[in-house]
Amino acid sequence: MIRSHYVFWLVFALMMIGLYVVISHGNLLKKLIGLSMFQVGVFLFFISLGKVDGGSAPIISEGVETYSHPLPQVLILTAIVVGVATLAVGLALAVRVFEAYGTVEEEELLERDQDEATT
Amino acid sequence: MTTFVLINVTLLVILTATALTISRMRALYEATMLTALFSLVTACLFVLLDAVDVAFTEAAVGVGISTVLLLGGLSLTRSRETVTPRRRRLPGAAVAALTGGTLIYAAQDLPGFGAADTPVQSHPITDVYLRQSQEDIGIPNTVTSVLASYRGLDTLGELVVVVTAGVAVLLLLGPLTRPEDAGWRKALDLVDYRVLRVVSGLLMPFILLFALYVLFHGDFGPGGGFQAGVIFATGFVLYGLVFGLDKAQRVLPKAVLWSLIPLGLVLFIGLGVVSMLLGGSFLDYDTLSPGDPAAGQHLGILLVEAAIGITVAAVMTSVFFSFAGRRATR
Repeated sequence: MIRSHYVFWLVFALMMIGLYVVISHGNLLKKLIGLSMFQVGVFLFFISLGKVDGGSAPIISEGVETYSHPLPQVLILTAIVVGVATLAVGLALAVRVFEAYGTVEEEELLERDQDEATT
Repeated sequence: MTTFVLINVTLLVILTATALTISRMRALYEATMLTALFSLVTACLFVLLDAVDVAFTEAAVGVGISTVLLLGGLSLTRSRETVTPRRRRLPGAAVAALTGGTLIYAAQDLPGFGAADTPVQSHPITDVYLRQSQEDIGIPNTVTSVLASYRGLDTLGELVVVVTAGVAVLLLLGPLTRPEDAGWRKALDLVDYRVLRVVSGLLMPFILLFALYVLFHGDFGPGGGFQAGVIFATGFVLYGLVFGLDKAQRVLPKAVLWSLIPLGLVLFIGLGVVSMLLGGSFLDYDTLSPGDPAAGQHLGILLVEAAIGITVAAVMTSVFFSFAGRRATR
């Protein structure tokens, strides 16, 4: 069990660190960093499912018989680029929030909103 | 085999340790530098897991572009996090522990790592992608043929998402600030450092040449439109960082950059429409060269990769420009 599943367990640990940062930390930028860590965990999980023992990169060449599966790699390759594009959107939103509120901390943002609601 | 396991575990442990350190750090500039390291280790892991194309992308995107974007975001906001109060830590830890436990429990049903008889490997599509693709398309790099041909529609969808994200950033951060007003240039005049100026000037043509190589060599080795687009963008980001935004925008005017964003997408869809007009289905490149389907596939894949490269490069560069061009309001 350990030998066949250790990669998955470590990858899950990675995802959970990301999830913890997203939920617990109040700073919007830190949340985004946590989100990208979670994302990397998912990427690694996908890629590890396509890996075969003794396989080689799926570039067909002479003398190589076993290849890892190309499909997860294609999906993740595009997902990485989409990931950075969405990270850019998140950062842009955080910048606009900062300009409007003067803070990127969740608690202070909520306080600011509450103050506005009461006055 | 045992060395493989050893390296794999070592890299994964380094990765987890880096993630833990990042989660504990309150200084966000330092955390950003660690995320670059995090991406680099991930790229090594991808190579180990036979995903060379993915490793290439992760190295270019994670270490290059996303670090620069995070730094840009930090320079416009605050770079220090407040202390996370204890009452906030508990729920997060509880949710993470619960989800992690569930995942590990569910992972018992997963086939073993690296086994050859998993559903992923034994599905008939594996044979299509690895063996039949050599007759259908004749491109050694199966990742490229799956990306651009077999699952071209998927890739088109991803490209639409990238364009949408790019447009969203432009709308949020506004292309309205003029480069002269940008607060950046006064803050860091990198162009005054002669070594930096000369070296980055020397590097520019090689970076762009390398991007072209990656774009057109994607059929035979790791590479392709996504990687090439990101490397192109890195070249312009370097230029913008060193020589200042106004000079970079004189080299690459905004109007040109913005028209390049939809151009790649239009090219991609246009190719699909052309293949339909020639009697095939959407994005069926066989029809591009009647009588010799493989040649049509080659042409189609090359055009699609070029289209992807154009759009990705334009989106990444204009996203960087809009972060850098925004005046710091602090």
